[in-house]
Amino acid sequence: MLNPDLVGRTFVGTTKTTISPESIASFADALGESETTVAPPTFGITISLEQSQTLLQDSGLDWSRVVHGDQRFEIFTPLIAGMQVRCDCTIESARVVAGNEIVTVRADLIIETKKAVSTWSTLVFRA
Amino acid sequence: MTTFIAGQELAPKVFTINRARLIQYANASGDQNPIHQNEEFAKSVGLENVIAHGMFTMGLAGQYISQIAGSSAKVREFSARFTKPVVVPAGIDVQLIVSATVVDVDSDIARLEIVAMCSEVKVLGMAKAVISL
Repeated sequence: MLNPDLVGRTFVGTTKTTISPESIASFADALGESETTVAPPTFGITISLEQSQTLLQDSGLDWSRVVHGDQRFEIFTPLIAGMQVRCDCTIESARVVAGNEIVTVRADLIIETKKAVSTWSTLVFRA
Repeated sequence: MTTFIAGQELAPKVFTINRARLIQYANASGDQNPIHQNEEFAKSVGLENVIAHGMFTMGLAGQYISQIAGSSAKVREFSARFTKPVVVPAGIDVQLIVSATVVDVDSDIARLEIVAMCSEVKVLGMAKAVISL
């Protein structure tokens, strides 16, 4: 069970990911997308997922029991190669329904000081 | 430039999902959860078979939206619920059919409602996008 004190807390990313042209190209190719000058709309997940996973695992949740409930992206600045991205994660909510723990995490992808993408993941940790 | 009108139904697109494409997506996205690759493992955790990453299905729907918008750079918002898993048995090409309806059009944006179907079952719920015109 997630410590309720963690809800509302933001965990500022301590590292920066540099988006490579290869990472965009391979992600686009996997989706059958030929445009590679800009990242596909869901590309942010390649950066946000790992950080959200680390945060929730460190908070005691069992990743082997996770099911993805929903996902939302708001894209303020499309991601392109060469950008250096910091990922800040905020646990927005956590509740227990029928023994399953439902956690919503927002990841903000920050370029310098500007938010480029916000993405919300709702994850269900099965009882 | 495409003109969008509220109520307009946009032509569907068919995507193929198979085991090879799941491995390709796992490598490209970094999501190596074995339920998307290993049948034995998937069954051991109570799944019918290997299932596609929800984010792969959503990513394909995203490709459809980028195509409609004219570029990924024009996609401003995109959201979906993962209502039903896309089951991917070995040696089978599963068809994902994605379509969209224009909900409304503002001065510089259009709102779309997306439908993604596999074997006549909706696999994404509440799927919506906002694109720049």
